[in-house]
Amino acid sequence: MTASDNTQSMLISLEKVEKWYGAFHALKDINLTVRKGEKIVLCGPSGSGKSTLIRCINVLETIESGQITVAGRVLDGSGKAVDAIRREVGMVFQNFNLFPHMTVLQNCALAPMRVRGMGRAEAETLARKYLERVRILDQADKYPAQLSGGQQQRVAIARALCLEPKIMLFDEPTSALDPEMVKEVLDTMISLARDGMTMICVTHEMGFARQVADRVIFMASGEIIEEAEPDVFFTSPKHERTKTFLGEILAHH
Amino acid sequence: MNYQFDFGVVFERAPELLWATLGTFGLAFAGMALALVIGVVGVIGRTSPNKIVRAPVIAFVEIVRNTPFLVQIFYIYFALPLMGIRLNPTTTAIIALGINGGAYAIEIIRGGVESISKGQVEAGYALGLHKADVFRLIVLKPALRAIYPSLTSQFIMLTLTTSVCTSIAAYELTSAAQRIESDTFRSFEVYFIVTGIYLVISTVMMGIFALISRRYFSYPTR
Repeated sequence: MTASDNTQSMLISLEKVEKWYGAFHALKDINLTVRKGEKIVLCGPSGSGKSTLIRCINVLETIESGQITVAGRVLDGSGKAVDAIRREVGMVFQNFNLFPHMTVLQNCALAPMRVRGMGRAEAETLARKYLERVRILDQADKYPAQLSGGQQQRVAIARALCLEPKIMLFDEPTSALDPEMVKEVLDTMISLARDGMTMICVTHEMGFARQVADRVIFMASGEIIEEAEPDVFFTSPKHERTKTFLGEILAHH
Repeated sequence: MNYQFDFGVVFERAPELLWATLGTFGLAFAGMALALVIGVVGVIGRTSPNKIVRAPVIAFVEIVRNTPFLVQIFYIYFALPLMGIRLNPTTTAIIALGINGGAYAIEIIRGGVESISKGQVEAGYALGLHKADVFRLIVLKPALRAIYPSLTSQFIMLTLTTSVCTSIAAYELTSAAQRIESDTFRSFEVYFIVTGIYLVISTVMMGIFALISRRYFSYPTR
């Protein structure tokens, strides 16, 4: 992808973002821009602030200072801005967070009905379309607990897609999965990436990063330490902390 | 012991007992409905991050749970008229049962709400749902399911507590029993039968609760 600095194609920007949890400085002077269609992989040791960072983008966390702009909308603390941004941003969680008392289809149709104001029939048609997209339509009438972890995560992806978001955030989507189920979820994410979805993925799946990422960002202690294209990132990391991290993580893979 | 049992005079009053049993069911169901509404609405206030909203709910729960039901019902029936609020025995009984059951329900349901993982709530917000929808559509049902056994046993308690409403002569089973007893002097027979009827009432209630559970909370978990 050519790096044109066209503001038109800029979907997310974080400027001088600072986040504290009490006395703990969780995010330090974060500056990041993401263009339309870009795929970003965010990695780093646990507690480095990578999940916090993506959670700030859809306002699951509030920031102390700095500015976040998503799809042309500045997060100004108003409820309207929060609503508008959450409509444009889909999120997939580590623990799936499917609603246990709703069927797969109901999980997916909920937001289209309540947030986009669709009727049930229309919402369910949309839900079926995205369940087909993640190739799990045959499970539409089951409850989450009846599915494997990998299937649940694919449903969670379909549920997020039902809002037809411009951006998808993935918060360690394969960390809670048994090893044999990681691939089906990664394949779904890769196919989404191929379709041109703008994605930010917090993950330690370095194979995935190599295959789809436009940029890999390494965070530690709440700071962005290093940011590079995957080839450069994996073959010639500049910082000592990046090298240590890569040494540890690649040794396990 | 040379007491001669005579159930006949009590059986003659069977229609009266039957109607009074329906009265008890009526008080119990109306009381439960009110208790459930107070419980669900109260728990929203009880779990509010805003202290000004939370404090009165906590006060309400503590006052109701730490005073006798009999005093509460007397308060509504005898004290409120002095302030111009005059209610008939049935209305008084329903309100008293609802308030009493509601205070317990708030604390029980709160336990259920707190058992719901933060991730469920966050998933709702991430999908763009507002707070009220998140509570109503995502939190409430699994929360009620989690505490269903405690809530229903509290409601059985509420059902049996309807007998205290005899103190304001509300239309229910124990008042009828007292009436029949004072007419016939057959204390043993009357209360023997009434005890049996209460057992039947409780059993029927449990059956209804089980049906509701099967209908609404039967989704699989794990």
